[in-house]
Parts: sequence; C-alpha cells; structure tokens
Amino acid sequence: MADYTLRELMTIVAAREIRDGDIVFCGTGISMVAAMAAKHISAPNSVIFFETGAIDSKLEEVPMAVADPRVMFHTSVNGSLADAFATMQNRFTGKKVVGVMGAAQIDPYGNLNSTVIGDYRQPRVRFSGSGGACDVASFVSRTIIFMQHEKRKFVQKLDYMTSPGWLDGPGARGRAGLSDDSGPAAVITNMAVMRFDSHTKRMYLEGCYPGISKEKIVENTGFEVDASHAEEVAPPTEAELRILRERCDPQGLILG
Amino acid sequence: MKSEKIMDLSEAIRRFVKPGDHISIGGFTLNRNPMAAVYEIIRQGIDGLHLYAHSNGQGVDELIGAGCVSRLEIAYGGTGRFAPTCIRFKKAAQEGLLAVEDYSNYQMTLRFMAGAMGVPFLPTRSGLGTDLIEKWGFSPETRAADPRLPNDKLKVMDNPFGNWGDVPRVVLVPAINPDVTIIHVQKSGPKGTSRIEGLPFSDVEQAKSARHLIVTCEKIVETDDLRDAPESNQIPFFCVDAVVEAPHGAYPTACYRHYDYDPVYLNDYRKYASDDALYADYLQRFIRGVKDHAGLIGLIGQERIKAIAADPRTGYATGLDRK
Repeated sequence: MADYTLRELMTIVAAREIRDGDIVFCGTGISMVAAMAAKHISAPNSVIFFETGAIDSKLEEVPMAVADPRVMFHTSVNGSLADAFATMQNRFTGKKVVGVMGAAQIDPYGNLNSTVIGDYRQPRVRFSGSGGACDVASFVSRTIIFMQHEKRKFVQKLDYMTSPGWLDGPGARGRAGLSDDSGPAAVITNMAVMRFDSHTKRMYLEGCYPGISKEKIVENTGFEVDASHAEEVAPPTEAELRILRERCDPQGLILG
Repeated sequence: MKSEKIMDLSEAIRRFVKPGDHISIGGFTLNRNPMAAVYEIIRQGIDGLHLYAHSNGQGVDELIGAGCVSRLEIAYGGTGRFAPTCIRFKKAAQEGLLAVEDYSNYQMTLRFMAGAMGVPFLPTRSGLGTDLIEKWGFSPETRAADPRLPNDKLKVMDNPFGNWGDVPRVVLVPAINPDVTIIHVQKSGPKGTSRIEGLPFSDVEQAKSARHLIVTCEKIVETDDLRDAPESNQIPFFCVDAVVEAPHGAYPTACYRHYDYDPVYLNDYRKYASDDALYADYLQRFIRGVKDHAGLIGLIGQERIKAIAADPRTGYATGLDRK
C-alpha cells in the first residue's frame, strides 16, 4: 500500500466528491488542490471557479489566495466579484456549482462559523469573517466542508452563524427563504467523512480513515452523532498520489 | 503630459483624505491593494477612518495596525496563506480597539454597486437565516450619530412580487457612498481614464460609489494609448479626482502583468505584526522612516524587486519561491 500523509488523504477524499461537469467554487489551500486533482482524476470536465471572478483558470502553479495572480492566467473570463456571485445566485448556473469551504466551528446541521468565538462585539477570538462563504452556502446546490475534527469545533451551538447549512433541520432553509434542495453534502475531517441524513438533516458518520476507530471520532465530536453505518474510507491509490505530488502541488506549498 | 488631476501622492492624500472620513480601498487580499496610498495615509497620521472593504487583506491590516481606523465594515480580513486572519485586525478586534460590522463579499459588492447606481439598497438571497442579519457590530447610537450610516445593518423583506422568480424572501443591503475611494491600476490617462488588467474585483463599483476617487497607477500613459482599445478601460475620466503615478504602488501585494506579491515581505510582516514591539519597529523602519513609496522600494532593494517581476506570458513571477 502507498505511503501518504493525512493532508493527501483529505485532498483525495474531497476530490472524489467532485463530479464531472461540476463548476467548483474553490477557497484557498487544500480545497484548491482537491479541485485541481479532481480534474486530473475523475472530473476532467469540471471547472475551477474563484469568488474573485476567475473562471476556469489554467493553474500552472498553486495559488496562495483566491486573488493570487496565478488564478488570472488563461481563464475563460476574468470577471468581477459581482459576476462571480451572480453566477452562484443565478437559478440556472447556480445549480451546477459545488462549493468547497472550511470553518472554525460546525454544528449538527452543517451551519458554519468563521467569524468569532465568544461575544460578537467583544470576541475572545476573531477570525477572518465570511468572505464569500455565506454567499456560497446560501446559493449553490451543494457544499463540501473541510474541518479539523475536535470537540471544540464540532459544537451543539455555534458562537456565530456565518454560513447557513441546514439551519435547524428539515424544511428550515425553505422557511428562511433559501432553497430546500441545496445545502451541505459532506464534511471531510482529519479523521472521517460525515454526511447529512436526508430526513433529519443531522450529521452522521459515514466513513472512518484507515486506522481511526469510530469511538475516537465520536469522542472528538461535540454532539451526538450516529456512527452505526460507518465504514472504512479507501486510501489514496498510487496513481492519485502521483497526480497530487507531480501535477497539482509539486512545490509542496499546500500539502508539504 | 499635463492635467490638473495629476499630482503626487502626498498631495492627493492631503487633499482628499481627512480624519474621520469614510473610505474604501480597492484590491483583494494580496492583490492590487493601493499600498503606496495606504502607507502615505499612515505617514500623514490620518486617523478615525471609517473603512469599507470586502476582502482587502494587507491594506486593511496595515491601516488598522498603524491606528488609522476606528470603524470597519468588512467581509473578510485575511491575506491568503500568509495570514488566514489578518493579524493586526484580529488583535484590534479582540482588544476592543475597533468596531467591526460583518457582511459577506457579495453583500459588500452589492452595497458598493447600489452606491454606484444611486439606489438606496439592492436585494440578494445571501445570508438569510444567519447571524449576519441577527447580530450587529455598531450600536444604534453609533448609527444614529453618523448621517453617513443607515439606521439598520440589513433588512429582510418578503418578495413584493409574490413568489416571482421562485424566491419568497430577500435580504436588502444598504448602499455605500464613501467620502473617498482609492484604487491602484495598471494604466491611467492624464485625466483619469483607467485600465485594470487581470481581475477587477469590486474596484469599479467602489470607484463609482465614492464622492472622491484617487487612482494610483503603475504608469500614466497618453490618452490615445487607452482610447485605441476603449473596451479594455473600466473607469471613465470624469469619475476621477486625482491621478498619481506610483510605480510598484501595490507592493507588497501583486499587480497583474507587472509584479507578483512579495512572499518575503508578507512572511516578515506576519512576524512583525505578531509582536507589538516588533511592529512599532516595522512601522518606523519601513513606513514612517522613509519619505515615500519609492523610498520603501529602495529599502527592499533591486534583487527582491527583480525576483517578483511578472513573466510576460503568465502575468506573474513564474517559479518564484513562495514558501
């Protein structure tokens, strides 16, 4: 079996979520590499798309931010922020968009906090804020969320809800004015893959990474989580790893 | 080339940026922030600014770090991998030195667009059901005391056209009309017609929403050079109050087809920004201790400036060591 790092495994697991033809809204870091990898593996017709307005960039080097000049090279269109978010809010194109994002906290319904810990006006910890995350989570057909699997990050109640997941359960998005058939699809952590029950909209454990027990994952989740159907996640193949190391991030800027 | 709008940066800042002004700056995280202007504001010690930004990283963090900003409306304070959360911004927010009002990127963009269009608000679906709507950073008293601020942060409204468009409800975002916007572009003409290469971000909306507009540019070119390809120009001359030639004016952030961001500067900045004493030294040595932006570029030295020069094919510094 191939040797691989945890970050490589997470990247490949995320890449497998991307379907051919998806328009992939990417953030910085590991999500960008996952989208690059998916294009080389199973989704050659997927499109990488940045909130900054760059559509189908030719990524010869890994960008360090969504505004990196590397995203501006050889695109289909270099649009504005207004164009980028309109593409996601648009009732025709928005359905094709899958968003990849991360956060500081997540709750059982996949709602995200990337703003503050503590009181909003007097925060104990201040984070970057929404950026485009709230927009993406409000608009697009499905989102894939990266998280560190820690009890303090998987919480029953968020300190601040920056980006809407399934809000407080079935039908809640529709009641708020968002689309009921769009929302978070998967949570990819450093231990596991979580999904959302189609009836209750609550998070459950779908897959454990090789060598990590269900018990350990449950222990690191700050709310009750159904682990009864969990199976082991397939590790990355030699071919997948070669693509990551040779074609996506040869300098090891993100995965190194 | 002659024009009453062409002036040096210190004059442009002195004329159009006053203490307590509502100001917005262009660019995005580590790209095309108007850094020469940001540093000049710091040098002139202009404070009490009310700053509007969507995802401006470096420029916002340095204005906050130097004590120029008292209130901030923002979507994202980060500089990509160099600072996932801007360090001086984080510190100021945690220590209660800065009042922050959070929006999303699209909300901020629409707010500038509304200002540019001359309407009081625009609708979107972004943020329904979230704390962006529920939780306010500015107190009602703060809002009431400044006529340049609306009384409400955001409003939710049922679709007045019924369920037309299959949308039952929208969020209304209030227009922004800054006293002054500053953007950095690749080329401007003597009267202000301007051309942005690469991604424009929300610079055009920010520029057109403002009472006054300062454009800094890599190069002031002949009007005919721009009018030969008018479809590539974004800012019409009559929107512009000051045209400033500022080579490397976005440094240490990037300027497409001219230079990349400087990873050395951004990594060093992270170290300085993480420590109050080091940060004071940084401000003294690199910003206040030099006469102008050319002085900073001179301090950085030709070797590093050459390393970030853009490759003509890709528009960035191919193979640059960015660790």
